[in-house]
Amino acid sequence: MDKTILVDELLPIFKDGLTIMIGGFMGVGTSAKLVAALMESNVKDITLIVSDTATPEKGVGPLIVNSRVRKLIVSHIGTNPETGKQMIAGDIEVELVPQGTLAERIRSGGSGLGGILTPTGVGTSVAEGKEIIRVDGRDYLLETPLRADVALLKAKKADKSGNLVYNRSARNFNPIMALAADLVIAEVDEIVEIGEIDPEDVVTTGILVDKILV
Amino acid sequence: MVESSNNVKGIIAKRVAREMNDGDVINLGIGIPTLVPNYLPKDVNVILQSENGFIGLGPLSEVDPDLVNAGGQPTGINPGGAFFDSLFSFQLIRGGHVDVTVLGGLEVDACGNLANWVIPGKMVAGMGGAMDLVTGAKKVIVAMEHCSKKGSSKILEECRLPLTGKGVVDLIVTELAVFSVTDEGLVLEEIQEGVNLETVLDKTEAKFKIR
Repeated sequence: MDKTILVDELLPIFKDGLTIMIGGFMGVGTSAKLVAALMESNVKDITLIVSDTATPEKGVGPLIVNSRVRKLIVSHIGTNPETGKQMIAGDIEVELVPQGTLAERIRSGGSGLGGILTPTGVGTSVAEGKEIIRVDGRDYLLETPLRADVALLKAKKADKSGNLVYNRSARNFNPIMALAADLVIAEVDEIVEIGEIDPEDVVTTGILVDKILV
Repeated sequence: MVESSNNVKGIIAKRVAREMNDGDVINLGIGIPTLVPNYLPKDVNVILQSENGFIGLGPLSEVDPDLVNAGGQPTGINPGGAFFDSLFSFQLIRGGHVDVTVLGGLEVDACGNLANWVIPGKMVAGMGGAMDLVTGAKKVIVAMEHCSKKGSSKILEECRLPLTGKGVVDLIVTELAVFSVTDEGLVLEEIQEGVNLETVLDKTEAKFKIR
């Protein structure tokens, strides 16, 4: 099955109010083409799950600047002043999550778990309203799973079945998000025939990837 | 004597470098901590972990847009390094596989509490990976200037800002002094060269014992 898709075919998929996960760290490993397609589709009221909001120009920054996001689940917003401004003005709801906890919540959402127990955030404001569970004398926070309607990934290379290989530090959140969304779309720099990627080198199996944009 | 800002940062980084042992796996926060490798003795080789997904962070040789450090700046990777995803990166951090983390601080207190991610009403940066780092690293060193820009002590009896971690700090290194955090509170381990005890007492809000 050929999973390749054109930008125009993507646009009807994007609808107001979707929960979307986007890979990347400071914009590295974020699909610029898929973010641009989201912009072009004019969707709004997105719930966005992402490591950080990069800068106003990079990564998911343009989605913030153009007020497409209603709720943000994120670990860092300090490098994009627009996020903080909208948050203080009450225009965007921001749930700040420690980065390791964010990764584990996405993992649990993608792997059929009811959440994870982490010591991160015990004794801080992150613990507010959360159940504390004591295991072998240590306190852990119960952190709940995260899933999305759509995950937008960026990889270096795909074969036509959707097997993905990443590039250097651009891997980050992409492989985890591939497990945790109903529809997974990956932008890749290069697409090759099935069999050209050694199974030993596949990082994200094609069974998780629905659409590929070159 | 008024030290230039660069000088102050160098003094702090140089002293932090002495805490590193050959073979340690280290995670460095942005700012002063990134200067630490410049001051490592020749016989101390450490392995730098970058929480955005690799081990073996090294000097920049060629700019690759897909290879950045945890501050988003172009960087290099040393031979023997490895790339991985964010999940594995934080498994290393939380799982106790990182020997030392060095972070900046807005406030530290006598109980080893650290605040460095938010100033209510002013700055909301987000905690990024800092909360996981202070929870999981075997040793947590705060490397920061002793006082705020306004001149008030950043070493307090009790943090006033929202915490990054509770009771997590092991060592505080400033341009004036080095304190360890013990069960009995802060202990002054060292005074930096050219600084006298009166200055440290004057500039430190928290009570401390003198070793």
